[in-house]
Amino acid sequence: MATASVSGSREKELWRRLGEVSDPELDEPVTEMGFVERAEITGDGSVEVDFRLPTYWCSPNFAFLMLDGVRKALDQLSWSPAYRVKLHDHMFAEEVNRGIEAGKNFGDIFAGLAGDEDIGALRETFSMKAFKRRQEAVLLGLRRQGLTDREILGMDLGAYDAARLGSGEMTSQKARYRAALVERFPSRRRGDPVFATWEGRQIPPAALDAYLAELRSVRINMEFNGALCRGLKQARYKELDVIDGEPTLVDFILDRVPERSAPVT
Amino acid sequence: MYRTPEGKDIFVVDGHTHFWDGSPENQKNIHGKQFIDCFYAYHTGLSPKEQLWEKGKFEKYSADDLYRDLFIDGPDDVAIVQSTYLRDFYKNGFNTIERNAEVAKRYPERFIVNGAFDPRDGEKALEYIHFMKETYDIKGVKMYTAEWNGASKGWKLTDPDAYRCFELCDKLGIRNIHVHKGPTIIPLSKDAFDVHDVDHAATDFQGLNWIVEHCGLPRLDDFCWIATQETNVYGGLAVALPFIHSRPRYFAEVIAELLFWIGPEKILFGSDYAIWTPRWLVERLWAFELPEDIRKERGVDLTPETKEKILGLNAARLYNIDIEAKKKALASSPFSIAAE
Repeated sequence: MATASVSGSREKELWRRLGEVSDPELDEPVTEMGFVERAEITGDGSVEVDFRLPTYWCSPNFAFLMLDGVRKALDQLSWSPAYRVKLHDHMFAEEVNRGIEAGKNFGDIFAGLAGDEDIGALRETFSMKAFKRRQEAVLLGLRRQGLTDREILGMDLGAYDAARLGSGEMTSQKARYRAALVERFPSRRRGDPVFATWEGRQIPPAALDAYLAELRSVRINMEFNGALCRGLKQARYKELDVIDGEPTLVDFILDRVPERSAPVT
Repeated sequence: MYRTPEGKDIFVVDGHTHFWDGSPENQKNIHGKQFIDCFYAYHTGLSPKEQLWEKGKFEKYSADDLYRDLFIDGPDDVAIVQSTYLRDFYKNGFNTIERNAEVAKRYPERFIVNGAFDPRDGEKALEYIHFMKETYDIKGVKMYTAEWNGASKGWKLTDPDAYRCFELCDKLGIRNIHVHKGPTIIPLSKDAFDVHDVDHAATDFQGLNWIVEHCGLPRLDDFCWIATQETNVYGGLAVALPFIHSRPRYFAEVIAELLFWIGPEKILFGSDYAIWTPRWLVERLWAFELPEDIRKERGVDLTPETKEKILGLNAARLYNIDIEAKKKALASSPFSIAAE
């Protein structure tokens, strides 16, 4: 029984770590997007992860960032297991999987595939977008709580931590915005303002509406990708469920195929 | 013609339709299979359940399906049928002008056939533009900047070879350049769908209309900025519109941004048939109202007059369609009688 509980807690840890990896374009966890098709701990403690993106055509540089994130997540596991990460059904799956087996780092594998895109700059762009999207959610949430613009924009980190933002989604956005803020401005302390632009400027209350319009346009773009990826992913996974003797496409069209159940963490 | 619940007749130009062959028999390689699979995922991902097609039909539908879905069951008066070759993926091409012209021949009043060319073909591209003008008298073309061509995985509207092609289009009176700018998928690194090249091309070719399909989403802000600056840049609603079903509030935000930045005169309806069929899209759009808070926030509204412009008047202007004359011609065509 002791073994079972060890493997249970390891499994939890594995999914928790994987849940910290975000799709950079969407700023949503890869586990929630369903990109981690399978994550298992074998008898000897090593880890196997099967990864699948919504389409065959997903941009290789985004794939790189996610797989790199997965690798880093696995490196942090408490029992330091050996691991194997496999990308499925992607136009560059073969190159990637061969590269991983040969022990190349992801940068080497994708250097030729991602074109002249500067991965560092891309990472920075995505961090900025995530920062703005989370900030918009929190600002709107605080407005809904009845706070004035002046009160919101005058908040310091201590007051922010103490503030209540309603339930569920808003609680998680609150924590996510805090993480993005501290990552961007590591020196912020309790008494420092919690709302600033990505460039570090204060936002005057009179300018908040215009600023929110800018944040909204960032979110609209990200949401488009998110909604599309979810739709595409679902369609693709359901297609893959079509096997002889199994549900057919007609079942799928009539919605007789149950959703793939999410891993319990 | 779409008759509204209030009994008003709305003239509908479907700015973006296809007549493709993505069947396994026509697929050249795995990319061809994955390309149509991806389209099918768009179809299943964003359509209402009762509108779903079987995969086999989606891969290759008949000319009769097309007529019925657009003009008999569907509300389209005129459909612009776009050409996309993808010869690296499909043996006979995915959606060539020959295939489109063949289907348009039966009901010429109903179709506007657009061509396509690949500037990377150099001199051959220029010859091909002449050929399409002489043979099909095209008024527009569809540009797919992420198309593979040998080692090249994409091109830009600002490439010198592309400029030579646009100069020729301008000279021959091929005025409407539809540019696919859509979701980030590869062959198709993000660069291939970056919208900034439209800005330069539209400035340098003032005599041409630049219709950005999919409104550049997911780069709506860039697109709006450019379309606001350039009077000859338009936005096509294909792919953005189906969100009206799955995420109506999100669609409201997108259309409000478009109305705020580029205004009601420059937005064009397109079903992207056969990814989606026009009937439910038009019905939903007509019934749709902007939520109060979004209307206030942006100070815009989606009125019946605006919807009428989006559904047909704007495209009719770009393609010089005389709506009254067209209505008469359609009323006297046997096709229309068969449809009653």
